[in-house]
Amino acid sequence: MSKLKPYYIYIIGILILALSIVISITYGVKSVGLSDVVDAILNRNIDAYNVSVVQARIPRTLFGLVAGASLSISGVLMQSVTRNPIADPSILGVNTGASLFIVFGIAFFNIQSKLSYVGLAFVGGMITAILVYKLASSGYSGPTPIKLAIAGAATSIALSSIINIILMPNSNVMTTYRFWQIGSIGGASYEDILLIMPITIASIIVSLLLSENLNILLLSDEAAISLGLNLNRTRLIAAFCGVFLCATTTALAGPISFVGLMVPHFIRLVIGSNHIHLIICSGLYGSSILILSDVLGRILGRPGELESGIMTALIGAPVFVFIIRKAKVQSL
Amino acid sequence: MNIRKRNQIYVLKIALLFAMVIGLCFLTLSYGETNNLIMQFRIPRTTAALLCGIAFGMAGNVFQSLLNNPLASPDIIGVSSGSTAAAVYCILFMNLNRNLVSIIATLAGIFIAALIYRISYLNKFSSNRLILVGIGFQAFFSALINWMIMKAAEYDVPTAMRWMNGNLNGIVTDSLPFLGLVVFICFITIIALNHGMQSLLIGEQTAIIHGVNVNLTRTLLIICSVILIAFATAVSGPISSIAFLSGPIAGKLCGRNHSNIISSGLVGAILVLSGDFTGQYLLFTRYPVGVVTGILGAPYLIYLLISQNKKGKL
Repeated sequence: MSKLKPYYIYIIGILILALSIVISITYGVKSVGLSDVVDAILNRNIDAYNVSVVQARIPRTLFGLVAGASLSISGVLMQSVTRNPIADPSILGVNTGASLFIVFGIAFFNIQSKLSYVGLAFVGGMITAILVYKLASSGYSGPTPIKLAIAGAATSIALSSIINIILMPNSNVMTTYRFWQIGSIGGASYEDILLIMPITIASIIVSLLLSENLNILLLSDEAAISLGLNLNRTRLIAAFCGVFLCATTTALAGPISFVGLMVPHFIRLVIGSNHIHLIICSGLYGSSILILSDVLGRILGRPGELESGIMTALIGAPVFVFIIRKAKVQSL
Repeated sequence: MNIRKRNQIYVLKIALLFAMVIGLCFLTLSYGETNNLIMQFRIPRTTAALLCGIAFGMAGNVFQSLLNNPLASPDIIGVSSGSTAAAVYCILFMNLNRNLVSIIATLAGIFIAALIYRISYLNKFSSNRLILVGIGFQAFFSALINWMIMKAAEYDVPTAMRWMNGNLNGIVTDSLPFLGLVVFICFITIIALNHGMQSLLIGEQTAIIHGVNVNLTRTLLIICSVILIAFATAVSGPISSIAFLSGPIAGKLCGRNHSNIISSGLVGAILVLSGDFTGQYLLFTRYPVGVVTGILGAPYLIYLLISQNKKGKL
């Protein structure tokens, strides 16, 4: 397949993103016109009903933007670090690990602040990612896709039963958790976005700076070492960024699966594996996909809404199956 | 050791397992604060635990044997969650009665099993690909189940949790005779197919040489086990890890010479009964059986993973 010029992909990506932002703000159970949107942004005419609808939708859309970009870039990083096409925050068990730590925090330490959510999610996600990766790389052939997927699934099952044990006696925690674990970008506020913005932007910049090294990492360990790359440091920094990106999102929105799996996969098909383009484009298209699946959830789930975590799983799981069918990976 | 002696030991082990099941039944029936509730609550509960355990255990073992992979149990490759999704839909949104729900869940399970098989079949069959495709399906159906529970059961968290873990609270007596009948019929069928299954365990070529109708045997066995899973799920919810654990435990206890149909069923029953007992009386809070067995299954899953990796099987 001939690779398109990144230039076009960027433009199309920005157009799609702009379009999905507009759709997300204007479309929903209550559709509003563009004039209301302008009013809301300029803070005019605040008492009108339509304007307040728009103002409620703006943080949600912004958060979708940040979350989608974070998850997709996190997927890119994990796939490169593990050199494995099906690595993804949810496959690697990062989501479940983050959930476990957050549930632990809510149940035993009564944590409230969003910042401690983010911190716990990061620690839990990191530990689980390392555990799953170590599990998958035991044995001779290293972390093949199938070993990684099964190690992730197994660890997730194990951790969810621990979550259940903690939750069962605490019905109030259970209610909170039940809604959180579905994964939704609906509940975000401006403070949440401001809280995760610095971490997200820093991680994205670091991963962009790292992209040259990630390109080399894709060759093979031997080639990378002989080109003078510090393998472990590159892997570690990339993994840190990846887990940071998805843990922040998971802490605030709950586990949103499969975005990190499908977006980089398709971007790679179109644009090749040059990381600098791959990371930026995955960010662009990931945001659009998460925002659009949120909109789709609002359409399908009428009169309420269908949480975006469910939507991405419903769309992403068939994509996962498709990738496996396509994959000419060894041992499949 | 000659064959006769080995068979005697096997029968002895089966008898021991059976005695354990009976003992556990009596224990769950007699233990507790008041005794006048036995007829009303404990007999249905114990019967349900027994039947569901047997059903999950046998079905899991059939799947693992046919696909020749201990990871290929129906609760990992998405067959169970497929029928659970169908059952949840029927119960929460259509208010059908339990028996009809079981039948629909069965059909859904068979359909999903066929679909997973069909999708993972490219040029030739690969059990690794089947497991990966199954994990994808599993994720898909969990999302569906989550969604339905979110929509329907805001007032009723226990029902919701039953469909996530498996739970024996509030078993309805009238669903049990039907389940018993189904378990019995499937048991007879699987026993009748025992010869074919054992040849298939050695390999497809061997089975053909032995005069086994491979496709028919395989299809019948899969259908039987999906029926077992679906009917048991409709009664108790998907009790985690039973289908996955029973086969390997039975294999460790009774050796791999036999297809372990009876022993895996009995081990399943033991697991459910003891899990339920532990959940009810031995812990500080009352946990549903699925949570207890889930904790049991997790370390084993990870152990299995490591040992399979070491052997280079994956």
